[in-house]
Amino acid sequence: MIMDEFLIRALLAGVGVAIIAGPLGCFIVWRRMAYFGDTMAHSALLGVALAVLMDVSITGSVFLIAALGALALIVLQRRAPLSSDALLGILSHSTLALGIVIVAMMTWLRIDLMAFLFGDILAVSWADIILIYGGGAVVLGILVMIWRPLLAGTVSVELAAAEGLHPERARITFMLLMAAVIAIAMKVVGILLITSLLIIPAATARRFARGPEMMALFAAVSGVVAVVAGLSGSLAFDTPSGPSIVCAAALIFLLSLIPTGLKRGPARVGNIR
Amino acid sequence: MDSIVQPAALSVPPLIAARGIGVKHAQHWLIRNVDLTVHPGEIVTLIGPNGSGKSTTVRTILGLIQHDAGTIERAPGLSVGYVPQKLSIDWTMPLTARRFMTLTGRHPNTAIDAALDEVGLTAFSDRDVQVLSGGEFQRLLLARAIIGRPDLLVLDEPVQGVDATGEIALYELIADLRHRLGCGVLLISHDLHIVMAATDTVVCLNGHVCCSGSPKAVAESPEYRTLFGSRAAEALAIYHHHHDHAHLPDGTVVESGDADDHAACTHPEHHHDHG
Repeated sequence: MIMDEFLIRALLAGVGVAIIAGPLGCFIVWRRMAYFGDTMAHSALLGVALAVLMDVSITGSVFLIAALGALALIVLQRRAPLSSDALLGILSHSTLALGIVIVAMMTWLRIDLMAFLFGDILAVSWADIILIYGGGAVVLGILVMIWRPLLAGTVSVELAAAEGLHPERARITFMLLMAAVIAIAMKVVGILLITSLLIIPAATARRFARGPEMMALFAAVSGVVAVVAGLSGSLAFDTPSGPSIVCAAALIFLLSLIPTGLKRGPARVGNIR
Repeated sequence: MDSIVQPAALSVPPLIAARGIGVKHAQHWLIRNVDLTVHPGEIVTLIGPNGSGKSTTVRTILGLIQHDAGTIERAPGLSVGYVPQKLSIDWTMPLTARRFMTLTGRHPNTAIDAALDEVGLTAFSDRDVQVLSGGEFQRLLLARAIIGRPDLLVLDEPVQGVDATGEIALYELIADLRHRLGCGVLLISHDLHIVMAATDTVVCLNGHVCCSGSPKAVAESPEYRTLFGSRAAEALAIYHHHHDHAHLPDGTVVESGDADDHAACTHPEHHHDHG
């Protein structure tokens, strides 16, 4: 029953990643950090290239590079005369390009670039699963610890700071958590699709949640459903697993938009000050 | 500059004392040499034209902005309730009024109900904050700021979007809270007419402190008249007069704004200071 075992591993890995990504993804949606998350994820390929070059742990290297990228962005956003949008665009694509160039230059090594870009969930090992669940427990534990200052800072940095919380500390901690999730989730959905697993389930959850905590929970659940559906679809239609999971997540999101007729009407869209 | 006289407050140490603070931005002083103290049970109102540094002063005192000159002393363990000037909550975050109350700290349900009731929002507790009207949201901000019974309540334009009757009610609530909680209040306001009712100390700002003291003393100071014109001085005086009469035992309501009131207000014996 070899077939069964790698499938079980793939499912376990995917479900684990979805559970971690859901709650973190809510903050990315609330804080409008989707592009920021993308930039961090793209810098992960540079981490992969450097890890192979220096023969160190890929996960550790990806975490470090993504974290450094995030901190560099925070510093640049404070000083540079460019808009953060433009800054993100520059950093996002230049790190991705640099990663690909370095990988291509290492002609003595054969690296499966596609596996890093789009994930290779069917090649997940038991060691990877231990990393996902162990690392995930740490990530979620820290998220619970910083939940209040992070949420208050998301609503208003000034309000949180004035009342003695430390929103800036929480924000930097959150960046490190994101770097960790990127390092952990890379193998499942790949660098290019990680942010979708963070954002889409959270967006789906918004429709049904009545509070921020509920939305985090629903996002995790919706992510798990997407992983199971996506993997099944990938098997049935022989499609790449990472993109199939993302397609399933997007489909669930679209379904969540259908008005049920029982609700008070269409969800309100727009900013109310 | 007028000296600040608060008979009741002088005996206790201040909650917060800023001395000679200045904030520089790009070689330009936003505020300079600002002195400001708030004692327990005292309402200090900052007034001044747009761009006079009211918000900068408050945010500096709260520690949200670094100051480049002067000193700020906070009472040890000072707890703050803050109503910021602007707050927009992204529609992507599901947040009910009730959940909003525990944004910066845990509070028992009874405390949440009591605070919402205080501002008349009991019926709105399960509403999403994004669908509240401007005035309702402003009241929610105030309820949230007072729920932890802070030592110092800081309000940056707390009546924005609130209609005229709601405005008076809100200021009455603030004055009442000061008595019941014994907290100090630091208030920024544009509205000269209404604010002065319960204000003990007015600090008139224009990059620096133009004048400060009791509402009456400030209204009579030449610096204030230069800054706001003589009509504004009348506004203060009218209000003072109005407030005096609110204390009459027979409860006679005096209409402000008619000629008799103006005349009455020019008599200094009609004024009194809080304390």
